[in-house]
Amino acid sequence: MNTLFDKVWDAHVVSGEPGFPTVFYIDRHFIHEVTSPQAFDGLRKRGLPVRCPQQTVATADHNVPTLNQHLPISEELSRLQVEALHRNCADFGVELYGLGHARQGIVHVIGPELGLTQPGMTIVCGDSHTSTHGAFGAVAFGIGTSQVEQVLATQCLLQTKPKTMKIAVNGTLGKGVSAKDIILYIISQISAAGGTGYFVEYGGSAIQSLSMEARMTICNMSIEMGARGGLIAPDDTTFEYMKGRPYAPKGVAWDQAVAYWRTLVSDDGAVFDAIRSYQAEDIEPMITYGTNPGMGMGITQHIPSQAVEAGPADMEKALNYMGLQPHQTLLGKKIDYVFIGSCTNARIEDLRVVAQFVKGRRKAPEVNVWIVPGSKQVEVQARAEGLFEVFAEAGFELRQAGCSACLGMNEDKVPAGKYCVSTSNRNFEGRQGPGSRTFLASPLTAAAAAVTGTICDVREMI
Amino acid sequence: MIFVQSTCVPLPIENVDTDQIIPARFLKATSREGFGQNLFRDWRYLPAVSGAATTPNPDFVLNNSLYSGQILVAGKNFGCGSSREHAAWALGDHGFKVVISSFFADIFKDNALNNNLLPLKVEEHFLQQLFEHIFADPNTLVTIDLENQQVQIEKSGLATTFDITPYKKTCLLKGYDDIDYLLSKSADTLQFERKQYKYYQAYA
Repeated sequence: MNTLFDKVWDAHVVSGEPGFPTVFYIDRHFIHEVTSPQAFDGLRKRGLPVRCPQQTVATADHNVPTLNQHLPISEELSRLQVEALHRNCADFGVELYGLGHARQGIVHVIGPELGLTQPGMTIVCGDSHTSTHGAFGAVAFGIGTSQVEQVLATQCLLQTKPKTMKIAVNGTLGKGVSAKDIILYIISQISAAGGTGYFVEYGGSAIQSLSMEARMTICNMSIEMGARGGLIAPDDTTFEYMKGRPYAPKGVAWDQAVAYWRTLVSDDGAVFDAIRSYQAEDIEPMITYGTNPGMGMGITQHIPSQAVEAGPADMEKALNYMGLQPHQTLLGKKIDYVFIGSCTNARIEDLRVVAQFVKGRRKAPEVNVWIVPGSKQVEVQARAEGLFEVFAEAGFELRQAGCSACLGMNEDKVPAGKYCVSTSNRNFEGRQGPGSRTFLASPLTAAAAAVTGTICDVREMI
Repeated sequence: MIFVQSTCVPLPIENVDTDQIIPARFLKATSREGFGQNLFRDWRYLPAVSGAATTPNPDFVLNNSLYSGQILVAGKNFGCGSSREHAAWALGDHGFKVVISSFFADIFKDNALNNNLLPLKVEEHFLQQLFEHIFADPNTLVTIDLENQQVQIEKSGLATTFDITPYKKTCLLKGYDDIDYLLSKSADTLQFERKQYKYYQAYA
């Protein structure tokens, strides 16, 4: 009787000896421009090749402009970093979906859409949101640059097996409540550190009823409660999403793969180290008020004087930074920016939800709204479906694919002191630019904020 | 054997995320060097007024001449958030050899160990005692004995033990790294690939 996590993990243990961590095999390695250059330099210094270039795929996303991507990158350091990625991929024989390529995009958006992400795989990337790929029943987690070098050189990592946590969400989601609200709710209950040391399996009827895009939103933010990763058992929804994608198995190989993938479920009676259960009916649209993702609440609630696992000093520092007070409601709070994008919420389904809401509406005049598709393919599809016309008519600023204002590494920054309702994953101090103040929310809540210029309860508008 | 004996820099803030340790806009370098100058950048300097030089924030501990040393002492859940190893590089480049906290985020802990920066986890109670000693006397010396896995607040005599895997302890003491070990296992890896290779033939 094994958990899904045990099954995938145990199938990738290469060897182990007493007193040493396990040698753990990696099936798929995604790389990007920011956390890989030092790893490739390490290979050069040691005179090593990339062991499995065919299991390695690169893209440029963190540090790319989201306007005029056909032009050379104007910011010199960013240009040099992207050029280094091109050089490294060429030198070491790694497939690169770089800037301008039809398959370029945020690494955690393109992996699934190309069929590179598959159930039962072990997947790593030098990015903490690698947990996204767990939505397919893969064991996927973020690593540092030294580990990127280890995987490039050996296709393995040294690992100690994490503990397992089951998080069940049962019931039916209310109107206007989405996957983003589920995960923000869970993190607000568990805290930004409560999942540390664990690998989470999400289950229950509310999770099983979600689309793949929505499941990715859930797994994406596993790291925001400190968990190493999160995963969901693959099912027909998974296989339907995957079938026919460029890297998905074809023909007989597909049938064999699906037969194997169907075994990737936690057995009845499998034991988890921790179990949490929630009811979907208890979840309303969520909003964060503080400076870590655990500081979140239902949109109609008032800012508490103390969050789970946050001391009074921590809370005071956070609210001071945000310019907010305990016991305050956020409804009606004026905002300056709306960012719809990131590996959490920039897939085609997210853009459709936003377009459906804003159709026939316009953004509030004083609010800047950036809409940044997660990939080139999402952008092309959104155009084909007429979504971009809806956004343009609503006064939204349309950008090109990249991580953008999620982490404020390129030019897309929220100015100091300004409030941004963001569909991204982190509300840390300065995350969206020095001094920026972030409210994390779902695409629908962000769209409603764009239209009203305030934080509002989207349920009253649909 | 003493690993480090030093005064400490106290940072009694919880949930210090790697965006605070080094903000994303300073991750554009392609080498591992030089990140120390932007360590805790947005806490360490006052908000930039356009055209003006950066001004150190006098309230931030790195700008307080009372405190210095190779040991950073920080509140629980240190290093949460982004996996950027630049955070460990920035701490090391600044001169820190040890971070003491009551709780570390997983990825940061691995990154630190891969860069000879010791993430030393102590009980919350000991951490608070340590803060009290440092604030009472900034010259408080702390000794870390890695061999015996013990940390001691000198003069007071307060001491506690800490956990580290035997493998990582050996790596830190002898300067080994994981790639050397993983490369030594390449025959096992090859055997694993031959036995388990399920999918890649299809599109390799």
